Amino acid sequence: MNGPELLQKHADHLKSRMGGCFLGDRVISRGYNLHTELNTMDWMEYYAFTITGRRFTPQQLRIMNALWLYTSYPDARIWNLRIAALAGSTRSTGNLGMSASLAVSEAAIYGRGIDIRAIDFLQRTLKEMENGAELADCIQKELKRSRGIAGFGRPLSSADERIAPTMALAREAGFDQGPHVKLAFAVENHLQAGRWRFRINAGGLFAALGADLGLTAQEYYLFMFPAFLGGTPPCYIESAERPEGTLFPLSCHHIRYEGPPKRTWQPLSEL
Amino acid sequence: MTTNTKPKEMIHTQIWLEEPEPDNAFATKAAYCHGYDVYGEMLGQIGWVEMLYLLFRGEMPTKRQAELLETLAVALINPGPRDPSVHAAMCGGVGGSTSASCLMAALAVGAGQLSGGREILLAMQNWNSCGTDIDAWQRRLGLPADTTVSIWPAMEHPPGFDPHGISTTTPVTQTLACLAHMSTAAFLPWLSMNLHHLETAANHPLSLSGVAAAAFTDLGFTPEQGEMLYLLLRLPGTAVHALEQKVYGHKKFPFFRLELDDNPGEEGK
Repeated sequence: MNGPELLQKHADHLKSRMGGCFLGDRVISRGYNLHTELNTMDWMEYYAFTITGRRFTPQQLRIMNALWLYTSYPDARIWNLRIAALAGSTRSTGNLGMSASLAVSEAAIYGRGIDIRAIDFLQRTLKEMENGAELADCIQKELKRSRGIAGFGRPLSSADERIAPTMALAREAGFDQGPHVKLAFAVENHLQAGRWRFRINAGGLFAALGADLGLTAQEYYLFMFPAFLGGTPPCYIESAERPEGTLFPLSCHHIRYEGPPKRTWQPLSEL
Repeated sequence: MTTNTKPKEMIHTQIWLEEPEPDNAFATKAAYCHGYDVYGEMLGQIGWVEMLYLLFRGEMPTKRQAELLETLAVALINPGPRDPSVHAAMCGGVGGSTSASCLMAALAVGAGQLSGGREILLAMQNWNSCGTDIDAWQRRLGLPADTTVSIWPAMEHPPGFDPHGISTTTPVTQTLACLAHMSTAAFLPWLSMNLHHLETAANHPLSLSGVAAAAFTDLGFTPEQGEMLYLLLRLPGTAVHALEQKVYGHKKFPFFRLELDDNPGEEGK
């Protein structure tokens, strides 16, 4: 079935295996009653459940909590967080500023754009190595394909302050020797020995932990959505408390114009 | 307090120059767009679409290019209430959400690979690779979708074609005929002449996004610029439908029937 027949089949109703609400009665989430069967979950556990349909152990949840916590920086200079702060400065709403911050966090060089590529690379590479491929060849292939490896190297700094506390927690929780974590550090060692000098960043380590938790690339990508959220309210609040318009005000002298020189405007030509 | 302190951080731009008022470096005395005095010379003389073209391309359009862009903008201005991006904006409007969130909703839903901004980008990349070479198009449209994992799901239909269509719709045919007649470049006229061959190769009828992609390419925009413009040019319709649903209210807005596969508690209801 395709075309308008397919569309007609789906018209006027929602057929779902995920859930729904029967207003005034009950709410079903992946086959369970939210208010009587899932009501003791903490929010993060529930969020992971809605994505995967699976339950996670307390040790796994400690790791998952860290992936969000360790990335929640209250620093309004950081590009995505600056948006929440600018929204505070212009007296926009907190919800708009924080939503836009998270939307922008799906970036090519950090955040969700890196997350999904990093976990995909680690999962693919592990599978290929289990089938006999050499790590060096896998890395070379990825470098050729993507001109870099997601999760290795960092735009503003070579070191990543999140690695040590994450690994300390991973050791405590028993996740420091997972196959993807071991692979991630093997990749770093290879890159360090070569001319690239890329070090592992949190995106690489977090993706390795996500893979060792059994998340698929899409599950991990969706799980990481609120990763920067904890940093957005303080940025918004502080900017909203300052006099309006005083977050990073830019004078005309802050603009370095590099375009064509001044020229006289002419109305459109006929052609 | 002096406002002439030399800044330590700079924003680099080739688009916009601002000169300060003598009494306030944070206030603009004159603004120049790609070298042209916006408020001193262009205001009152230049049309919105010409300014739009100038902003994106860095040069003034010819009269024919401006007419083509304006006509395309009219064709795209309202995707209509059946369109998912307008539907999203209406979901904002009906509950009394902020205006910005209604537009953000429209942008998020209208950004995708089905009639959205991403589809324009991919279709324009196809125009850049295949040009007016029908064999190249047939090869391209016959290729399996790129399955590289990224934030974007795998493409499920050839970009610029309607996966649920039976035949080329009347507005698509009308828009293509109108724009192809106006274009001074190669792609729209070629698309008009070769529509049947391309639709056969794609196994789907052309969509309005496919016409828009050809038009943006004819106007010299990059795929990234085309994606942005497409997102922008469809917003007016989403805005008015959001505002309208705010007035109609939720009692007149569909809520749809639910059928759960796994529905504990259903018995006895």
